[in-house]
Amino acid sequence: METKKDFNWFKYASPKTFYPLAGKLIPWCAISAAVLIIYGLYIGLFVAPTDFQQGEGYRIIFVHVPAAWFSMFLYLLMAMYAGMGLIFNSKLSYMMATAIAPTGAMFTFLALVTGSLWGKPMWGAWWVWDARLTSELILLFLYIGYFSLQAAIDDKTRADKASAVLALVGAINVPIIYFSVKWWNTLHQGSSISLTKAPAMAAIMLQGMLIMAIGFWLYSIAVILMRVRCEILERDSKTSMLRQD
Amino acid sequence: MHWNSMSEFLAMGGYGFYVWGSFGITFLVMAIELWLLNKRRQSVSQAVKQEAI
Repeated sequence: METKKDFNWFKYASPKTFYPLAGKLIPWCAISAAVLIIYGLYIGLFVAPTDFQQGEGYRIIFVHVPAAWFSMFLYLLMAMYAGMGLIFNSKLSYMMATAIAPTGAMFTFLALVTGSLWGKPMWGAWWVWDARLTSELILLFLYIGYFSLQAAIDDKTRADKASAVLALVGAINVPIIYFSVKWWNTLHQGSSISLTKAPAMAAIMLQGMLIMAIGFWLYSIAVILMRVRCEILERDSKTSMLRQD
Repeated sequence: MHWNSMSEFLAMGGYGFYVWGSFGITFLVMAIELWLLNKRRQSVSQAVKQEAI
């Protein structure tokens, strides 16, 4: 009698099996992202009360904080996939790292722009060379460096490896951004979760922010899976995986 | 509901430009990302179909 086959942990590490799986996940992530973002906007713009210090201007946090979180989190995720690519020499890991980078760069850009739109009325300046802002700007440059390096090397395998090393080395910047408000005396305020006054008020603000963050996370997953599917087809377009869909 | 009138909502206590600017740019950039990705997806699937013929 034949024994039950062992579960193959690397089954979905193959682009061919991952492609249709990603295709099934995309609509679910996209729909839940849309629902959560709309609900988060409703809380942020209609339910959450005025902040006692920053007036209505604080409402920028509902997009600024989730964008800033994902600018950092997606970088770490990209570096992790790049590292897995180097260790296991797996193509799909490199493709995932490549697919994450544009969305990570987009959130970094948004964190900087919305931060600037906050800084002007609150601090009186669009930009200051404070540790938090400067390290976030370096994060944007790291993402841009990652794209440029990939674009500059014609041989895909070498491009993947070189950019993976850059992604891993650059990962040191993420804890620097995160702890910058503790390590240095920054103009940027500390962690927004401690933006408290009366507990009931902080609770609804925090709730709105977390809902927006989960929405942004699901949006990121949907977009990254869409992009990795394009990447799989572009790199290996001779095997027509479209038919399995 | 937090607001008494539409104009109060749009004014955002004097922070209108900054608040709406932030929300506007965020969703504009996300929409552009989706649009670009959709264009890429269409051109890739077209290329694959042509290759299959």
